[in-house]
Amino acid sequence: MNKIQRETQELTVRIWRGKEDGKLVTYQVMSRENQTILDIITEIQRFHEPSLAYRFSCRVGVCGSCAMTVNGRPRWTCRTHVKKVSDEGILTIEPLRNLPRIKDLVCDLAPFIDTWQRAGAPFSGTKTRKDAPALVDPNSSTRRAAEAGLQCINCAVCYSACDVVNWNRNYIGPAGLNRAWTLVNDVRHSNRKQTFDQAFGKGGCGSCHSHGNCTRHCPIELNPSESIAGLKQIAFKGLPKDV
Amino acid sequence: MERTLFLAQRISAIILGPLVLVHLGLILFAVRNGLSGAEILSRTQGSISWSVFYGLFVLSITVHAPIGLRNILQEWTRVSQRTINIIALLFALIFLALGLRAVVAIV
Ligand code: HEM
Ligand code: SF4
Ligand code: SF4
Ligand code: FES
Repeated sequence: MNKIQRETQELTVRIWRGKEDGKLVTYQVMSRENQTILDIITEIQRFHEPSLAYRFSCRVGVCGSCAMTVNGRPRWTCRTHVKKVSDEGILTIEPLRNLPRIKDLVCDLAPFIDTWQRAGAPFSGTKTRKDAPALVDPNSSTRRAAEAGLQCINCAVCYSACDVVNWNRNYIGPAGLNRAWTLVNDVRHSNRKQTFDQAFGKGGCGSCHSHGNCTRHCPIELNPSESIAGLKQIAFKGLPKDV
Repeated sequence: MERTLFLAQRISAIILGPLVLVHLGLILFAVRNGLSGAEILSRTQGSISWSVFYGLFVLSITVHAPIGLRNILQEWTRVSQRTINIIALLFALIFLALGLRAVVAIV
């Protein structure tokens, strides 16, 4: 394909405008060699629709603020290439599922952030500033279990992917429970039992059906489904010993 | 509460696993000459081991199925938690009554 041809190819982009009662509006943008979904949205906002609302910050997959529903699936838009997801040149971009909509592609993340507290955060230390820092063996089983879930960027992709959240808004959901799992395995955390009790309380991990849609969509390949399975096992085996 | 129900459902599922297999095997065996009430009773009536077997079966279902039903109602309906709990409890009583009635008939 020569350069001229490539430049003249167009993408049909349907974007959600408005709040809950909005509609999809179609824009035509140039198809280019290396484009992310976020690039497309930025182009539309700059050149076609200055009032289009959307969120992003880092553009490199660190901050977790750019998640949206792209062709039906929740994704981090700054690291999703158009080539990978476009359906014969058509893109449908909507806000994340399972969260109240504010405007266009922006949702209210408050209910999602709340789930972290409901799942038994925050961390509370066992030492004071006068003590020496805790020594945590990086090879201990608890540390390795915590490590596996630690890098979460709070993008809410898993929360949006989870059908149980969709059916039952009381359900804490994958990200909060994944966080609880890291805390329960943190030997420096003084309230491990309380965190576990809360993660297994009302709307807790007993509601998860382990179908793994959270894990399938997590952009940084964490495994919230496995973390929740770990919490469920604690109900049988008791809190993890540090070995 | 949620944790107790979760454990109860999983433990009853563990018990149900082998019971269901034996039950299915028994059905295959029992229907080889067609099925009649008299034939079933001739085999099971007065048998302590079959009463214990099916007694345990009924108890496990009484625990297992209503907890599952409660989960489904929480996900699929807007009914209040209190009402859901009552419905689940009613189902438990129905399973228990129907099941025990059949078990008592063979002892
Ligand atoms: C072989 C025997 C059985 C085993 C191993 C078993 C296992 C399970 C397990 C592990 C769950 C939890 C699924 C989840 O939460 O994702 C479940 C749910 C359930 N079970 Fe069973 N079960 C058995 C027999 C039965 C029977 C005979 C009934 C009905 C009378 C029943 C009714 C239910 C219901 C209604 C649910 C709720 C569905 C759900 O939570 O997704 N089960 N079962
Ligand atoms: S595994 Fe559990 S948390 Fe993950 S998507 Fe399924 S129900 Fe939701
Ligand atoms: S677990 Fe993964 S998908 Fe869920 S919020 Fe964290 S980074 Fe995003
Ligand atoms: S903009 Fe920061 S993760 Fe996409």
